[in-house]
Amino acid sequence: MANKSNAAAVTSPAKMASRARGVSARQKLLAFSSLVLLIIVFSILSPNFFQPYNLIAIMLATAVNGVLAVGVTFVIITGGIDLSVGTMMTFTAVMAAQTVAVWNLPVIVGVLVALLVGTICGLASGVMVAKFRIPPFIATLGMNMLTKGLSLIIANSKPIYFTNAPSFSKISMGTMFPFLENFQIPNAVIILFVLAILASFVLNNTILGRYTFAIGSNEEAVRLSGINTDRWKIAVYGVNGLICGIAGILIASRLNSAQPGLGQGYELDAIAAAVIGGTSLSGGEGTILGTIIGAFIMSTLTNGLRILSVPQEWQIVTTGIIIIFAVYMDMLRKRR
Amino acid sequence: MKKRTVVLAFILMLVAVGSLSAQQYYIPLISKGFQHQFWQAVKQGAEQAAKELGVTITFEGPETEAMVDKQIDMLAAALAKNPSALGFAALDSKAAIPYLQQAQAKKIPVIAFDSGVDSNIPLTTCATDNIAAAAYAADKMAELIGGAGEIAVVVHDQTSRTGIDRRDGFVNRIKSKYPKITIVTVQYGGGDQLKSTDLTKAIIQSHPNLKGVFGANEGSAIGVLNGVKEMGKIGKLVVIGYDSGAQQLAAVRSGEMAGAITQNPVGIGYQVVASAVKALKGEKLPTFVDTGFYWYDKTNIDDPKIQAVLYQ
Repeated sequence: MANKSNAAAVTSPAKMASRARGVSARQKLLAFSSLVLLIIVFSILSPNFFQPYNLIAIMLATAVNGVLAVGVTFVIITGGIDLSVGTMMTFTAVMAAQTVAVWNLPVIVGVLVALLVGTICGLASGVMVAKFRIPPFIATLGMNMLTKGLSLIIANSKPIYFTNAPSFSKISMGTMFPFLENFQIPNAVIILFVLAILASFVLNNTILGRYTFAIGSNEEAVRLSGINTDRWKIAVYGVNGLICGIAGILIASRLNSAQPGLGQGYELDAIAAAVIGGTSLSGGEGTILGTIIGAFIMSTLTNGLRILSVPQEWQIVTTGIIIIFAVYMDMLRKRR
Repeated sequence: MKKRTVVLAFILMLVAVGSLSAQQYYIPLISKGFQHQFWQAVKQGAEQAAKELGVTITFEGPETEAMVDKQIDMLAAALAKNPSALGFAALDSKAAIPYLQQAQAKKIPVIAFDSGVDSNIPLTTCATDNIAAAAYAADKMAELIGGAGEIAVVVHDQTSRTGIDRRDGFVNRIKSKYPKITIVTVQYGGGDQLKSTDLTKAIIQSHPNLKGVFGANEGSAIGVLNGVKEMGKIGKLVVIGYDSGAQQLAAVRSGEMAGAITQNPVGIGYQVVASAVKALKGEKLPTFVDTGFYWYDKTNIDDPKIQAVLYQ
């Protein structure tokens, strides 16, 4: 293993990163054209699809999954996986609700608590993966159950409502552009886009981003070139946790409550969005733009099939086929 | 490219399956689930009413009852279709209120079903009177254990309306009418069979004189039954269930389960669509449509009237 990677160690992490981005450009284009095609097809088939109200519904349905997918993209690019994003999100939502609705602290404190709790959970997963050498699949599965259980305990298995803080729901459901009369984009969507731009910047223009790609391409090589990979890996899981905190705030605000039972299964949607968008499950490749497109493909597909009144069973079948197809394209590309 | 062709072909196929409707009333039903037999029976009733009354319906629900946000996305998509009326079984009625207000603003009549919505927007609620039904189960329990002794209750959850109503209906009836009966514990198994089995075993272990257990929904009832079975107490403990399903029906038929309360899911579905059509025709609706319940045991399980409301 060490011998084989010596050659690769010569290549600088930055170079590896830019190569990885080049390769996934094609997948990104494919994903984007699929999204446009979906929108065109649904618009032709139903007059109700391409309407302001419905487009906003699609964007709102994308917001939470999109945010989670951005976070998990970081982890997947390092060659890891995080199965705890959904329940971690719920845990941060419950903590925010506990802070605001139970302890009666200001909304901003609740938001900070959610971000802090998310970061801590993420860092904990990172330590388990990097320091204790627990495979990411198992470490984060453990974190999934841990956070799910804690959410139920803290909330006493009941939803916590933000009855004392009516402004909390504005975080997701208010709008920064009230002048767009028929097209009031909810804040949740704007937060998703801002986060995506920031995450994209971090991934492409910072040391953290460069090492994220480098660790995913060839961890051994990075380690041999004298970089403390453990520390960077922990940082990446921490970033993912922080982003889960953002998702937690968004969902709690949207539902005007923290629902402690929620979250299981959401990790798979987030991973699917990343993969559809061209992030490689074997690490080293991926873009935030691709992930966002992936998340939009999933929600557009779901919404469009609903608008067309396709029976629910068939909606699931279709989504499954799309995911398999996306991963298959990924595999084809690898074999070349 | 290949992918596009496949996707396009698939979507066209689905549209063919989905079928387009003519100028008819369109009433989407957003339920709490779709995979459970109970919801399939509600769907069946709704489809039956749709056929008789000449309206088009769709029936959708999230994969689990925890997915409050997914249900709201379904509600949003349903509203985007400019429906004539809407049937809605809220997982969390507070979270859904902004969308119900939109429906109200668009003058779309909303009919609540299964459990009520904490809002005055729905014109009516078509549901089982769970308090009355669970109280009836308590009467049956008292009768079967001879009016005295220790019993336990296994409920699916302490947050949903049905969980609360069935628990309170049962517990309050026992407390008020049967002073010689003690409820040793009320436990919550999330409606999960395995969890409810484990709970039941622990209860039996710690209360050797237990005379009966009430399981408040399908999953709880099967769990209770399995727990009693695994502890070798079949025949020594009175098990009373709720709802139906193949396993529960078999247990009632064989006498392992003394009997169960069945709601009328087919009737719920039927009433939702029928009430929606009435609302569209401008008729006045009562605030609550009691869709009824039945007690069934091995003596009447094959009665056609009972068979009509049971589901496999």
